[in-house]
Amino acid sequence: MARIAGVNLPSNKRIEIALTYVYGIGRPRAVDIIAKTGISPEVRVKDLTENEVASLRREVEQFVVEGDLRRRVASSIQRLKDINSYRGLRHKKRLPVRGQRTRANARTWKGPRPSKAGKKR
Amino acid sequence: MGRSTKKGPYVCASLLEKVQRAKRGDSREIKTWSRTSMVTPEMVGLIIRVHNGKLHLPVSIVENMVGHKLGEFAPTRTFRSHGGMKKKKAAGLT
Repeated sequence: MARIAGVNLPSNKRIEIALTYVYGIGRPRAVDIIAKTGISPEVRVKDLTENEVASLRREVEQFVVEGDLRRRVASSIQRLKDINSYRGLRHKKRLPVRGQRTRANARTWKGPRPSKAGKKR
Repeated sequence: MGRSTKKGPYVCASLLEKVQRAKRGDSREIKTWSRTSMVTPEMVGLIIRVHNGKLHLPVSIVENMVGHKLGEFAPTRTFRSHGGMKKKKAAGLT
């Protein structure tokens, strides 16, 4: 039931993992944060004391997470679009930005394959 | 890997010269082939025509572009959409 960085309510997982439910915190950062607070990574979130939760909250505040981070990412993409750079154009067209091939694959960006008209049965 | 900061940003020598001349106010547009040159703060407000392999595309430099390279603003490929079956038929019949 611990509430860290806004709406995030991790469950009865180990804090090490539960922290990664916060947008902007992955495994390395989670491990760092726990090391700083001196809490054992094995503790389940439900077993945390109020003090421990408070100290975690303090450490998480050191980073840009959740809404602020999402806004920051969106604004840097918007910047690329506004200046019409190659990367911005790729974002606009919803195609891979980092030079990947698009002849095949690239399905993450392009979405599901369009059905082919003359396909054999 | 990025370029060493010790060296500073790369700007083609002839382009740099042209930028300085333009800053003094004698030319409006700068033509360049140097797509690898970095946009520097001095270029803000100028119009630089960047070669895309065929033409020099006019790029008006704004502050946000500083730190990017000129080539990023002059696309080298043109994509003329794929024709679906519908399009092909329509083109063939009419």
